[in-house]
Amino acid sequence: MDVNQYLEMFIEESKEHLQSCSEQLLALEKNPEDLTIVGEIFRSAHTLKGMSATMGFEDLANLTHKMENVLDAIRNEKIGVTPEILDVVFESVDHLEEMVMDIAAGGDGKRDVESTVALLKQIESGEEAVVAPVVSEAPAETGAPADTTLAYDDYEKTIIMQSFEQAFKAYEISVTLRDDCLLKAARVIMVFQVLEKEGEIVKTSPTIEELEEEKFDSTFHVAFLTQENVEDLQAKIMKVSEVATADITELTEASFATKEPAPPVEEKVEPAKAQAPAKQESKPAKKAQKASAMVGSKTIRVNIERLDILMNLFEELVIDRGRLQSISTEVNHNELNETVERMSRVMGDLQNIILTMRMVPVETVFNRFPKMIRQLSRELNKKINLEIIGAETELDRTVIDEIGDPLVHLIRNSVDHGIESPEARIAKGKPAEGTVVLRAYHSGNHVFIEIEDDGAGINKEKVLAKALAKGVVSQETADAMTDKQINELILASGFSTADQISDVSGRGVGLDVVKTTIESLGGNISIDSIQDSGSIFSIQLPLTLSIISVMLVEIEQEIYAIPLSSIIETSIIKKEEILSAHNQKVINYRGTVVPLVFLEEIFEVPRTAPASDEFHSVVVVRKGEKLAGLVVDSFIGQQEIVLKSLGDYLTNIFAISGATILGNGKVALIVDCNALIK
Amino acid sequence: MSTVTEQESMKVIVFQLEDKEYAIPVSRVQGIERLMHITRVPKTPNYVKGVINLRGVVTPIIDLRERFSLPASDNQDSTRIIIVSIKDTEVGFIVDSANDVVDINMKSIEPQPEVVGTVEEEFISGVARLNNRLLILLQLEKVLVTLQQ
Repeated sequence: MDVNQYLEMFIEESKEHLQSCSEQLLALEKNPEDLTIVGEIFRSAHTLKGMSATMGFEDLANLTHKMENVLDAIRNEKIGVTPEILDVVFESVDHLEEMVMDIAAGGDGKRDVESTVALLKQIESGEEAVVAPVVSEAPAETGAPADTTLAYDDYEKTIIMQSFEQAFKAYEISVTLRDDCLLKAARVIMVFQVLEKEGEIVKTSPTIEELEEEKFDSTFHVAFLTQENVEDLQAKIMKVSEVATADITELTEASFATKEPAPPVEEKVEPAKAQAPAKQESKPAKKAQKASAMVGSKTIRVNIERLDILMNLFEELVIDRGRLQSISTEVNHNELNETVERMSRVMGDLQNIILTMRMVPVETVFNRFPKMIRQLSRELNKKINLEIIGAETELDRTVIDEIGDPLVHLIRNSVDHGIESPEARIAKGKPAEGTVVLRAYHSGNHVFIEIEDDGAGINKEKVLAKALAKGVVSQETADAMTDKQINELILASGFSTADQISDVSGRGVGLDVVKTTIESLGGNISIDSIQDSGSIFSIQLPLTLSIISVMLVEIEQEIYAIPLSSIIETSIIKKEEILSAHNQKVINYRGTVVPLVFLEEIFEVPRTAPASDEFHSVVVVRKGEKLAGLVVDSFIGQQEIVLKSLGDYLTNIFAISGATILGNGKVALIVDCNALIK
Repeated sequence: MSTVTEQESMKVIVFQLEDKEYAIPVSRVQGIERLMHITRVPKTPNYVKGVINLRGVVTPIIDLRERFSLPASDNQDSTRIIIVSIKDTEVGFIVDSANDVVDINMKSIEPQPEVVGTVEEEFISGVARLNNRLLILLQLEKVLVTLQQ
């Protein structure tokens, strides 16, 4: 079979399954008793195994198979969850990830995993030291046909127990479809229809959604309450076409009773965590979700390149729209104006849709951090709790692609330099476990990402001394610096404050790269820190990089574009309002002194006629909390423009961040306000 | 020129600056445009005239007269922009006129004579004789080099 055409899909889906494995493993670590989580991991691993075997990646399939065995054992409560076992499973997932990456890079996915496989086998075969005796009477090898093959939570158990009281019988039915069955989901539904006439389905494995999406091999299990007897039931199920076998085992009160010793352990833990009520409540909610999930959100996978092409074509349209608008104002024809106006409105909607299509939740970046933190905290012997807030916040894909590495740097920095060792924390009267909060939220046309830790904070004296020693600042500038400016010195290049260079961070190349990357994305980064109580690194990013709103201004014959996101206000001031302070012209803007920047001078615009001296047009712009007034000849108006780069030849032009093509076909330069405010 | 020595001849575009004729291999030329509106880019070397909108792509423009320190001249009807591609970037050169496509015999290319005129030595990769004409072959990478550093 030629599998190459499926390779891309295989890689994508494998990544997703591995990601979900990692996430669920982390959840399981926090909640070792919750066997439904194990089920989730098991299913992901199982699908992965099937896919990789089909694609012919045997090492991948083998390792997944071994891991699956261990998970199966955990799921069937043959072995308990311990940190040691989780470590091995995590290791396997790491190996699997490496393999998938290798395949994606064109390799064959082969990798030496013997030690991990050996460990997995050891766990599976039930090495005494690792295995916690959870099940009292579990027959070790037979797979326990008399026992329950499905894992039930408390809620389901209660339902089953209650039904016994009402003279219902509980069965576990294992239905196997024929191998050549084409419409598996349809058969499942037919089986369910048969069953629902006779009684009530309590639980299915895999879940109903997965069954409907055909995410199972050929066998599925159903827990069923009815008053029918086994033979009739079996006959009825077998009537459905393409059903190969239907094994029915009766559940007795005894088979639950023997399980009773396990739940009390759970109950002892739960009141402390106050999770039990939440858990119970979430059940009906989940059911409701199931229903709505079936109706809504159908998705298709689209190649990113196609979206890029769509975006490029749309950008062409935006330029033509600008051209049409300027023609229609010139011609001043009523019907033309109306048509152009209508077209502009539709294009506005279209633009929104295209832009949102390219939006990706930051989750795709954030979801690799829990595992990273877990590893780091082990390496550094620190206790760290990572909280993620606002993972659903959406950003343009181009920004998402770039933001991952800077965030890794910052988080490593917070964990390594920020959070202290547990002893040091206790000595300071803080809880031994440090907290790192990763927060994302929208504000206006920007997305903010904050990394907050409750660690040591920035030692300002140390930073300042180091900056002076390394020649990053001079003594005079240092004296005049605010606390915030001192904090931000750690972003300067060639700066590293850690006394010891550790493996995690502190090579002194990290943070200045972070700053450059973020600024190249049109964002900025600031630091707030209080010594001994923590730091906040705050990153501001534009929502999108390709189409922005600007204010067009004119200086002599030249047109420049100023991004609306930086503009606070435009105003026209009289000559007398301009004051002088230390050779710097300033104005009084709503009670604050704002320095003036004459764009004409900055951009060395050739003058043919002197500008009118009586009035000045000023655009007040902002960078963080600082303001500046850009003096121009006149305002033209607001417009949506497509951002274009100046190309590889013209790079690092002072105060110019890019170019755009105007409606008349001419190029206008985009002013980089951040460079104009020091 | 080293890359094309195996071939017998090569097609070049001939353009004029002052009173001399220069040549660029056709394979490097993306197009020849009439003069259009050029947007000045501030704080660039004086030979960078600015950028143009070349069918939706913002393309930098270099005035070869300024680059070769020739006296400036008024733009005329014959003035052209030759778009060349160098290492994946497209750049336009302003020239007095671009009038010819000719085949030059590889054997007729000689290293440049010691004294060739005002054009700086470093930009020239050789000189080709064609009947009674002298064509100066340009080393395109060198023309751009200062800014890229």
